[in-house]
Amino acid sequence: MIHYNKFTLANGLRVVVHEDHTTPMAVLNVLYDVGARDENPEQTGFAHLFEHLMFGGSVNIPEYDEPLQMAGGENNAYTTSDLTNYYIQLPAENIETAFWLESDRMLSLAFSEKSLDVQRKVVSEEFKEHYINKPYGDVWHKMRELAYSSHPYRWMTIGKELSHIENAKLEDVKAFFFKFYRPVNAILSVAGNVTTEQVKTLAEKWFGDIPPGEKYHRNLPVEPPQTAAHKLDVKANVPLDALYKCYHMYARSDKRYYAADLVSDILGGGSSSRLHQVLVKEKKLFSNIDCYHFGSLDAGLLTIEGKLVKGVKMKDAEKAIQTELEKLQAEVIVDRELQKVKNRVESLLAFEDMSLLNRANNLAFYELLGDAGLMNKEFENYDVVTAEDIHREAKLLFDEKNANTIYYYAENQG
Amino acid sequence: MNRTIPPPIKDAVEFDIKLKPYEKFTLDNGIPVYVIKSEEQDTLQLELVFPAGSWYESESLEALATNFLMKNGTSKRTALEINEAIDYHGAYLNRNAYHENATFTLHCLTKHTEVLLPVLQDVILDPIFPEEELQLYKQNQKQKLAVNLQKCDFVANRFIDKYLFGEFHPYGRVSSMMAYDALQTETLRAFYQKHYTYNNCRIFVAGNMPANMLALLNQHFGSTRWNGETSLLRPELPVQPAEEKKFRIFNDENGVQGAIRIARPFPNRYHPDFPKMLVLNTILGGYFGSRLMSNIREEKGYTYGIYSQLYNFRQVSAINIQTEAGRDVCEATIEEVYNELRRLQNEPVPQEELDLVRNYMIGSILGDLDGAFQLIQRWKNLILNDLDENYFYNNIQTIKTITAEELQQLAKQYLTPGDFYELVVI
Repeated sequence: MIHYNKFTLANGLRVVVHEDHTTPMAVLNVLYDVGARDENPEQTGFAHLFEHLMFGGSVNIPEYDEPLQMAGGENNAYTTSDLTNYYIQLPAENIETAFWLESDRMLSLAFSEKSLDVQRKVVSEEFKEHYINKPYGDVWHKMRELAYSSHPYRWMTIGKELSHIENAKLEDVKAFFFKFYRPVNAILSVAGNVTTEQVKTLAEKWFGDIPPGEKYHRNLPVEPPQTAAHKLDVKANVPLDALYKCYHMYARSDKRYYAADLVSDILGGGSSSRLHQVLVKEKKLFSNIDCYHFGSLDAGLLTIEGKLVKGVKMKDAEKAIQTELEKLQAEVIVDRELQKVKNRVESLLAFEDMSLLNRANNLAFYELLGDAGLMNKEFENYDVVTAEDIHREAKLLFDEKNANTIYYYAENQG
Repeated sequence: MNRTIPPPIKDAVEFDIKLKPYEKFTLDNGIPVYVIKSEEQDTLQLELVFPAGSWYESESLEALATNFLMKNGTSKRTALEINEAIDYHGAYLNRNAYHENATFTLHCLTKHTEVLLPVLQDVILDPIFPEEELQLYKQNQKQKLAVNLQKCDFVANRFIDKYLFGEFHPYGRVSSMMAYDALQTETLRAFYQKHYTYNNCRIFVAGNMPANMLALLNQHFGSTRWNGETSLLRPELPVQPAEEKKFRIFNDENGVQGAIRIARPFPNRYHPDFPKMLVLNTILGGYFGSRLMSNIREEKGYTYGIYSQLYNFRQVSAINIQTEAGRDVCEATIEEVYNELRRLQNEPVPQEELDLVRNYMIGSILGDLDGAFQLIQRWKNLILNDLDENYFYNNIQTIKTITAEELQQLAKQYLTPGDFYELVVI
């Protein structure tokens, strides 16, 4: 049970406080309700590029990192298709430094041409390091385009192509900032050795006078239900054949999300999971196989991916996966297996909650979902899932019409 | 309110960092158990440590494969039964083999400790190394290696350690298809029997323990002299550094980035210069605001990230600067790294930067000591290296008091560009 208090400033900034007086540290987390899904299709990668620019100085503070390090703090940030999150961890005595820094960059960035120039290059190198210069690095780029026809999940967070980042202009940056990075579109969470009263005072002092901005009303293209299987052959300079299958699942707020999440754990969670046990250990068709999804807010993709043992034919490997999926569609799972995946969720949540940083991140995330208190009800959502729910969802999910398959061939293998 | 003026801060030197002491118990057979209790969460971490790292192996990968396969079958349980038992209780049983030690770490909810300990006992005391499991391990590890060998960063890490320590030294030896092929169940069994014995075992526990934890540990690990007694000699193995200093390797002709490594040997943690170098290394490339990061990422945009690190190896350490940079700016990146080394040699670190690094390092240690799992980690590192809390407090003292002159002296002694190995893998 994570205790918290929350309040909203007059300018619309939502604030969540989690007091933990057993730690000498504090975390300040700012979540902005904007991600890659909110980008213009002609300017993809912008939310993430923007995250980089947030470290290039703000209107009153030329250097973001230096004063924070001087206060014994560390920080980082991440951007997903759904949201952008910034966090600072520092000794609790110096928490005001975090308020000062984060509020100034919410007030306004410095918008320096130099910072934009450099960060364009840095992001280009990040793009190369993770998506070009790695074997199989381009697969998500291809899979998103294969699986989505309308929804902006069809491009990656880093961007559809390098040129979108290379062409970013300072006026685009400014427009993006004043549209999304406003108190009404943000959630502040503070956790650690602080009091709610103290956080109230500091939040009023530093964030209270920032103009509220206009609430962003998201109106994204809806992905129509997939009506036929999508398939793609890829040949590339990689050492092993690989197989990727993605199935459209449910939005994060959909009750059925929890059953689908448990399905992914039955198939791919832990060494005793079905796919690993049958396909890696017994049939020896794959050298590794995983089943996962990204927990995205809009309807995401339940993914099965594996590398084939040398000499195994793609169609045999695919058929073996199919057999496992059909088993899940044909037979209701036994209680013990259902209990196993629920126990795994219970444990995962407990270990996640150990870290102060996770608690701060999660409180902001669940507040974005609608209410920070949802964080404490999460296990319940899994616990009510029945074997019949799993059975029903497996039938719907693994309908071949809902499948997106990439056959990724090693080209030098002939 | 004037937003250009930072709020007052408490300075690092004012933080009185205390390393919370552990409790020590001894099992009936003499195994030491180090404990950090905490009742704030319902989770437990239990780690068994053995001197079974690559230092002791006679063939490459022996230590790693032994450690890995211990979990894959005992005389009473198949690999699947072990995995089922662990997964059913939402637990994690991780195994790792490093240069010196090999470990088994159980993470679980406190309430499941009692049912999981018999499984852990089985894995530690009774592994049988089934032939089929070894064959599968070889096949899958070789596939994984084939993929990794296409990555310039992976290849560069292998080469730089080879240059620093020599390919026959445990620190410089790397995995290979041949080494996997050569593994045999008999040699793994022999390695197991020699190294995983009760008298070589140390146990570290952190978190929320069941009330009868010690009785449970005694029941499963303390009652007998399991696997007998072996006395291990830690042989002295001389390093054989490469003669040449500069290397350029083409791994992928279409590569768009090069993995750069610039490294030199450095004395181990017992040397008085080691704690000082931790500070100098932080200034150079140990945090986001470092010289290398500021210049090569934030000023030039040549890379997504550049870091320098100080190896924590027991016999000898090394300073290693690493980055992946655009293919056409690799040489320019190397030149800038040398400029930064020379700048540390030629100019004293400004007071403000030194204060900042002190505060950053102390804040970071404070964060690292937060929670029982982190604390036991810190203690484990001291205990396994035959050190005590004085070493920790000395390091803190060095961070708080080292002067710009001392740092410059250190840079002159250890950061001369010509002393470094230089490698680019494209």
